[in-house]
Amino acid sequence: MRVAIVGCGAVGSLFAANLSLLDDVEVWAYDLAQDHVDAINRDGLRLSGAGEVVGYPRATSDPAELPPCDFGIVLTKAMHTESAIAATAHAFADGSVCTVQNGVGNEEVLAAHVERVIRGTTFPAGRIVEPGHVQWDVKGDTTIGPFEPKPAPMAEIERLADACTRAGMPTHAVPDARGAQWRKVIFNSATNPIGALTRLTHGQACELPPLRALISGLVDEGKAVAAAQGIVLDADPEDLIDHAAMPEVAYGHKASMLQDVLAERETEIDWLNGGIVRYGEQAGVPTPLNRAIWALVKGLEQSW
Amino acid sequence: MISRVCVVGAGVIGSLFAGHLARVAEVSVLTRRQEHADSLNTDGLRISGRSDFTARLAASPDPASLPEPDLVIVACKGTDLEPVAARLEGHFPGAVVLTVQNGLGAEEIVRRYGAWPLVSGVTFMSGTRHADTHVEYILDTETWVGPYEDTPESVPIEIAELIRASGLKAEAFPDLRPAQWSKLIFNATVNAVAALTGLPHDPHFAAEEQPSDLGFLVHDLIEEGKRVAAAAGIPLREDPWEMNVLATRRGSAHYPSMLEDVEAHRPTEIELITGALVREAERHGAEAPLHTAMYRLVTAKEASYS
Repeated sequence: MRVAIVGCGAVGSLFAANLSLLDDVEVWAYDLAQDHVDAINRDGLRLSGAGEVVGYPRATSDPAELPPCDFGIVLTKAMHTESAIAATAHAFADGSVCTVQNGVGNEEVLAAHVERVIRGTTFPAGRIVEPGHVQWDVKGDTTIGPFEPKPAPMAEIERLADACTRAGMPTHAVPDARGAQWRKVIFNSATNPIGALTRLTHGQACELPPLRALISGLVDEGKAVAAAQGIVLDADPEDLIDHAAMPEVAYGHKASMLQDVLAERETEIDWLNGGIVRYGEQAGVPTPLNRAIWALVKGLEQSW
Repeated sequence: MISRVCVVGAGVIGSLFAGHLARVAEVSVLTRRQEHADSLNTDGLRISGRSDFTARLAASPDPASLPEPDLVIVACKGTDLEPVAARLEGHFPGAVVLTVQNGLGAEEIVRRYGAWPLVSGVTFMSGTRHADTHVEYILDTETWVGPYEDTPESVPIEIAELIRASGLKAEAFPDLRPAQWSKLIFNATVNAVAALTGLPHDPHFAAEEQPSDLGFLVHDLIEEGKRVAAAAGIPLREDPWEMNVLATRRGSAHYPSMLEDVEAHRPTEIELITGALVREAERHGAEAPLHTAMYRLVTAKEASYS
């Protein structure tokens, strides 16, 4: 079985390094960061922290080098999905492509380029320490399932989940992954931009009751949009928010969007709060708070 | 007849008032710091920009050492108002007191410290502070005044005449609230959006093309504010959306004070501005979810300083 990781940043590297340890899986890592690609090909891909791993995927920044693959796992930032899949789609002509990216709407972008799409969501987190070396901050589960308009066969989804699980990345194949995906989208949309706008860590934000009430207001809108689409969340995002605020979990964590803002990098807001607004419009559900947060973070990006 | 004026607070607005009024009245300045008073007493106060002169005035951090005024202009920032008003307690019993803070509620704070007749004020003028003794006059926009409680209408009329005679723009209204609320809604919207996005008041605030454009949020905040004003029974003097669009077309983008405050990690005037609007909404049974969200975000941003 051959798997290509499309977008080998922090989380992509977790999949690439772990999967490359399996004897029956050949892993390719496609990424545009040439120094990261070169380091992986020279020294291997090293993970430290929650797990100590050195994997040896084949890395490349040239999409033409990618051979035909059984699976793609897309892990670019959401704003790069279109260009990444446009460049690599040829490798998946007979395969299935899975997104476990942040936000909503990535599946639709993939489906414009490939025939068999898997939607999903993943909770492990990390950060690139230096080229070829990723700090694995948090372990977590992944949930994948068919993208309904252009679904991959369930047997293929189970085959991918089995490989990821054997590689130490516990993955569940389910008939409807939207419940897990929307739980994470709602969590991210209610917390990431709050950190970006106020500069507070997740735990600090949750300690201010008025701000925590705003977070709940954002969650409630997201839940209403999910419910209007017939999506049953796999768990309450509020529980995840409270869990993450505990000192031993992610109290001091600066949301990736806050890190983006501090570095003046484009954020994934269009696929988070912007996605909730778009799906809300389609479902006839008003989302005034998510719309406000979307506009504020876009304004923040425009201030650079 | 107003012949002696005491300006309390010598920031930009206080200095612009003090400098100009010194040309038509005997002006004293109540400062916070002794060295600021010393510099003003020695060097005078230079006004540049739209005016250009140096005013002579008497300054002190001690109200007891200043001449008894007919008019006190409290021109400190809203965040400093409580301690400043406390320092006036027991002084200047014969004076009328004018407040010009942003937002709502300055008069109620001052009232707690004395029985002076009060005049409400709103000022749109702006400037830049270059030194303790030098302020540049930038926007020559108006100051509006009106009676508070049972202060006779003739008092703000006389104050407006004095301000105009000094070279600044001013207008008196029988009821200031329609003007005050226009500025409140404008300020609550523009200041909070600027403080959270880091954008000066530029054309982004009026852009309504892409769904995520900031103009839509600004428009929604203003409409919400107008519904609060309607619930409070206050007609607006100007449409805050038109004020917003006009201001973004001025060419050079204005840096709202709340943006400057968050960038310098200073307390903002959020309580007197957005906080006041949200409290008015509650008092009159109006919904203000967007201003409430802005209030929560800006107060949280202040909490991130430490």
